[in-house]
Amino acid sequence: MKPDALLYPAPKGLYCPIGDFYIDPVHPVERALITHGHSDHARAGHGQVLATRETLDIMRIRYGDGFCGTGQAVELGERLTLNGVEVGFHPAGHVLGSAQISVRTGGTRIVVSGDYKRRRDPTCAGFEPVACDVFITEATFGLPVFHHPDDRAETRKLLTSLAQFPERTHVVGAYALGKAQRVIALLREQGYHQPIFIHGALQRLCDYYQSQGIGLGELRPATLAADEKQDFRGTIVIGPPAAFADRWSRRFADPIAIFASGWMLIRQRAKQRGVELPIIISDHCDWPELTDTITEIAPAEVWVTHGREEALVRWCEIKGIAARPLHLVGYDDEGE
Amino acid sequence: MRAFAELLDRLVLSPQRNAKIRLLVDYFRTAPDPDRGYALAAIAGTLSLNTVKPAMIRDLLLERMDAVLFQYSYDYVGDLAETVSLVWEPPAGSVHSDIPLGEAIERLQKTGRADVRSVVRDMLDHLDTSARFAFLKLVTGGLRIGVSAKLAKQALADMGGKDVAEIETLWHGLSPPYLPLFRWLSGEAEKPALSTPAVFHSVMLANPVGEGDLDALDPRDFAAEWKWDGIRVQLANIGGVRRLYSRSGDEISGAFPDVLEAADFTGVIDGELLVGGTARTNRATRTFADLQQRLNRKTVSSKLLEAYPAFIRAYDILFSGEADVRPQGFLERRAMLADLVENASPQHFDLSPLVPFSSWEELDRLRADPPDPVIEGIMLKRLDSPYTPGRVKGPWFKWKRAPFNIDAVLMYAQRGHGKRSSYYSDFTFGVWAAVDGTETLVPVGKAYFGFTDAELEILDRFVRDNTTERFGPVRAVRAEPDFGFVVEVAFEGINRSTRHKSGVAMRFPRIARLRQDKLPRDADRLETLQAMIEARENT
Repeated sequence: MKPDALLYPAPKGLYCPIGDFYIDPVHPVERALITHGHSDHARAGHGQVLATRETLDIMRIRYGDGFCGTGQAVELGERLTLNGVEVGFHPAGHVLGSAQISVRTGGTRIVVSGDYKRRRDPTCAGFEPVACDVFITEATFGLPVFHHPDDRAETRKLLTSLAQFPERTHVVGAYALGKAQRVIALLREQGYHQPIFIHGALQRLCDYYQSQGIGLGELRPATLAADEKQDFRGTIVIGPPAAFADRWSRRFADPIAIFASGWMLIRQRAKQRGVELPIIISDHCDWPELTDTITEIAPAEVWVTHGREEALVRWCEIKGIAARPLHLVGYDDEGE
Repeated sequence: MRAFAELLDRLVLSPQRNAKIRLLVDYFRTAPDPDRGYALAAIAGTLSLNTVKPAMIRDLLLERMDAVLFQYSYDYVGDLAETVSLVWEPPAGSVHSDIPLGEAIERLQKTGRADVRSVVRDMLDHLDTSARFAFLKLVTGGLRIGVSAKLAKQALADMGGKDVAEIETLWHGLSPPYLPLFRWLSGEAEKPALSTPAVFHSVMLANPVGEGDLDALDPRDFAAEWKWDGIRVQLANIGGVRRLYSRSGDEISGAFPDVLEAADFTGVIDGELLVGGTARTNRATRTFADLQQRLNRKTVSSKLLEAYPAFIRAYDILFSGEADVRPQGFLERRAMLADLVENASPQHFDLSPLVPFSSWEELDRLRADPPDPVIEGIMLKRLDSPYTPGRVKGPWFKWKRAPFNIDAVLMYAQRGHGKRSSYYSDFTFGVWAAVDGTETLVPVGKAYFGFTDAELEILDRFVRDNTTERFGPVRAVRAEPDFGFVVEVAFEGINRSTRHKSGVAMRFPRIARLRQDKLPRDADRLETLQAMIEARENT
């Protein structure tokens, strides 16, 4: 069977006509398979949702109990059959609960990576390569410039600055799902055991991570009761990136603006956002991880989704691997 | 090189002066010699290195990278050194072994033209990403990190617990990698002895006249001089060496060969660098805009020398012959200075005249209406004051002429940095003009200070509540004849400008008052600003 007959990009997202389901659709559909809980991949309003238990929990936290008609939890590694199409979920290493989804019928297997990364993350299961005919990869950081540095060295920068500027509040912008918890876990691993203050938007997701056995240490709300006088000097405060520009950040003593994102590799990006201390930590693959993964899986064909498709397609061409961009719309760049 | 690269990365993104100083001090304390000395030289602009053309860096990269992938990368990043530092892939098996900054620079200085290519390639293979970037910026000669030599000197002073004046005096007698300087600052050796005599001596600065400052002072104890709108300089001719320094101690000799050549006396004087004619030749002093034609140049053409002749209006004398006369009183020094100027070239030197006055009220009137458009105020100097480096309160005051004021309308706002990153604190304002027959607001300037914290809250709220459009970090706000925000803008001077669309450029504009009592239709017109320029030109 030609792979396009098994799975193709439709206006609502990647569609499998034989199984009659979508993967990460951007509009409400009858049956959706969801790779992970980030809001551009996991939207509310579908009829039936198949996802890992963690992803379903995260969607419930974000959208409330009625986020879909029925939810069906799928274990990582489990196989199930939908209208004769074999479907499997495999760890993607992106955030807690994230999965790649494999789709097979006859002799043809396609793997949809969703968002993924290859390096160790204390807050989620690591990526597992799955042999396939077509590998659908993301390309968020699909340019040869992206080489994410060691994440421990990056969090050390934050601790160094805290020692150097003990009178300033270290306000870290980090995505509410995944990045924030990973930064906290990395800080704990480096021996930072002071309470970390968090923005209200992070509270329920952090509680959820803790309930799943991921230790984040003592977290306190970065909010003040009316009679409280606390200016947070010398502390680490974590909030969603958008909160920086918000009046929320005014309560902090001489704040130093920090942003934890893969984009912080580019100096001009940091400068434009007024970031004083960029922490280059990403939940996506960098360029060597993308190309090494393709080499390792050795699929017959590579389809490239959201991100900088053209460079990765060009790389595949040079290596003699058939590749094409899928031009899916509706997925955000990380942290923008 | 890694520590230096980290320092650069932090400095570029730190807007606060104190934060920059602390980063520099911590680096100078922990980095070894000669690395820290070369880092200092790179930051202060005293490092001499045969630079490498960007085209060569690109060639080196394309030896091993696909041109299309490179182009995608370069288009995305926009800076060649940064792109190359990020995409460079060392050959398999090579190890990052951090090359010390000093070793890298000394190796480059020793390398002949023919070998540069292979040396640069080899260094790129051994450095990590951040160090590669620092290295490429160094060899292509464009550090641009927002740190002045002055700030670096302040950090050195803080590091050693010294006065910055001491560093400034030593500065031009020392050279990279500054080993004796750092040994002295870390308490391991005596203060270095100077080998070059024509060094810079920190200048004496004045405090602005504040409310009530003059009440308790007797006018008879002070001399008054005009404050000229040029740049403050120090000219030294000692031991056969002639040097011209800006007031922060940067050497600017290269741009003013005419003045240096005429300085055939021995000594060190303090004065205002101006263009035009001296009082002794009876020709007019020209504006700051004319002086700017001569500034920031390494060399100067004979055409420029003729069109914009420079001279020094002498204020003070620090060394008469080889003798240090700074401890003597102002009047004694002035007598020596008058003598020196009298015998110097009349085209290149004149003496700043004293302004006779008997009361502060009389001086205030003179200040408000000075006899020359290139005067920006009055200087007051205690007759018995010695020449003391730095800004000591008491002996010298500056009393500027009243600023210009206009009412303008807020048009755009941009978020600030650091402490102000959650505030819209950088404002573009405009005045009315008829454009193709329609009354339109044209932007005439930008201001980001002058207001109080409470006023900033009000401005910020207005911007957030009345945004009409966003362009990245900039917001356009409502500015209509009957709805908008009027501010009173104060500024020190105004000139014609071909660079600004409005045709005018203000000096030091700031927001003096919020005029919530006014409607945008009551704001000033462009013609008012143009008239200010004409008035200035016609005096």
